[in-house]
Order: sequence, then structure tokens, then C-alpha cells
Amino acid sequence: MNTPAAYFHWQFILISYPNLFLIIGMIGLFVAALLAPFPGRRGGE
Amino acid sequence: MRPARDPNTSGPERSNWTLALRRLLIARLPPEHLLPDRQPYYVGSWVYVFGVVTIAALVWVVASGVVLAFFGPQWWHLSAVGHFFNSVHYWSVQLLFVFMVLHLWGQYFAAGWRDGRAPTWMVGVVIFVVSLLTAFTGYLSQQNFDSQWIALSAKDATNSLGVGAFFNVLNFGQMYGLHVMLLPVAVTALVTVHILQIRLRGVVKPIEPRGAP
Repeated sequence: MNTPAAYFHWQFILISYPNLFLIIGMIGLFVAALLAPFPGRRGGE
Repeated sequence: MRPARDPNTSGPERSNWTLALRRLLIARLPPEHLLPDRQPYYVGSWVYVFGVVTIAALVWVVASGVVLAFFGPQWWHLSAVGHFFNSVHYWSVQLLFVFMVLHLWGQYFAAGWRDGRAPTWMVGVVIFVVSLLTAFTGYLSQQNFDSQWIALSAKDATNSLGVGAFFNVLNFGQMYGLHVMLLPVAVTALVTVHILQIRLRGVVKPIEPRGAP
């Protein structure tokens, strides 16, 4: 926590690994929320 | 004997703004809309949980912020319990923004502004911007080298925008006052309006596929 974060650098993309992992995690959570079955929901109601 | 009249719905025997406002609220926001016990089938998705988690995070932010404001900077920097509440405040803000953005994505891809819901979308955008400002003044209110560095860096940006004269990031009292009073009140009030707007019109229907009957 007391040192600068490492950076991912590819072409024009420059982003710290903590921010990169957070964005990937958010996209993963969003996709999971779309696909995961919701408890109590019955099909065709 | 004359039949009893319902003062909430029947015509004006007397007229005043209280009665007019009560009739308007009952007409626009009946209790079954304000506190619904059923939702349409399409609300049965985890995507609709993102907004609720955002509100839950806001509750934790405000609660931990009240404790921090009461005990002050020495306490949150130097005591173990102060560190704990400082961390609760920080991490609940992280959750607030993560789930606010996920809620934004969900509403964007569902085109949540359809069917007269544009004001709901616009108030959501304003909440996002005011929340960013609240978080920024929070970073400036930490009372450590980090906040001093952020203030020194930000002063050039605010001065170049021409707002430095009345929004002085180097003025701790101004930034702290905005962070603990005006901006949280604004966010909470706007979130209340946002929820009432959703209760007023309900959740937007899913987009029909092309060619659907």
C-alpha cells in the first residue's frame, strides 16, 4: 500500500493493475448478474 | 343525513394548498405505488439488485461518516477504532461507486429513460456527478499528506477552470464543510427523489425484440 502501483502498458493503454482488475471484476459481475438465475423467479410468469 | 365525503378525492368545499398538495400526492403516489408488494416478472434479475446495493452502501457511508465527524481527525488517524471507522467509510464508498456504475450500465443497456422516464435518468446522472464531488472533497478532508498532495495538484485544475475563487481546494474548512454537510444532504435528497420517481412510473419494460407481435 505504501509503494506506487505497477502499471499495465500496451500500445496507448496505460492503466494501473488495481484499476484494471477492478474494471475486469465489474464486467464479470455484470455478466454474472445477467446470466445467474434469480431465486423465486418462475419462467413465463 | 348527508353522506360522508372523502376529503382526499371529492370536490373542494374548501380550498387551501395543504389539501391541494395532499390530493396531488395521493393521486400521483398512491400507497400501493409508494410501497409495492409485487413487481413485474422482469424485475426478477440480479441486475435490479445493483441499485439497492448502492443505497445500502450509501447508508453505511453516512453512518460511518457521522461517527468520523463526531470524533475528528486525531481519532480516525491514531486510534484502532478510529482506523476501523475510517476503513468502513472508505470501503463503503468504494462499494457505492462500483455498484452505482453497475446500476448505470444496467439502466443504459435497458434504455431506462424510455416511456417518460427521462427525468429519472437525468436525476441519476446528477447524483453521479454530485457523488464524485462529495468523494473528491472527502479525499481533501483526510487530514494527511495524501490530501495535501491532492489539494496541491487539484488547485491548478480548478484555477484553470475559473472556479478556484469560490471553490478553493486549499481551503480545508470549505472542503470539509461541503463534504460533511451540503454535499451529503444533496446526495441523500436526490436519491430520495430518484426512488420516488421510480415508484411513480415503475420499472421500465424490457425492450421488445424486432418483429415481436
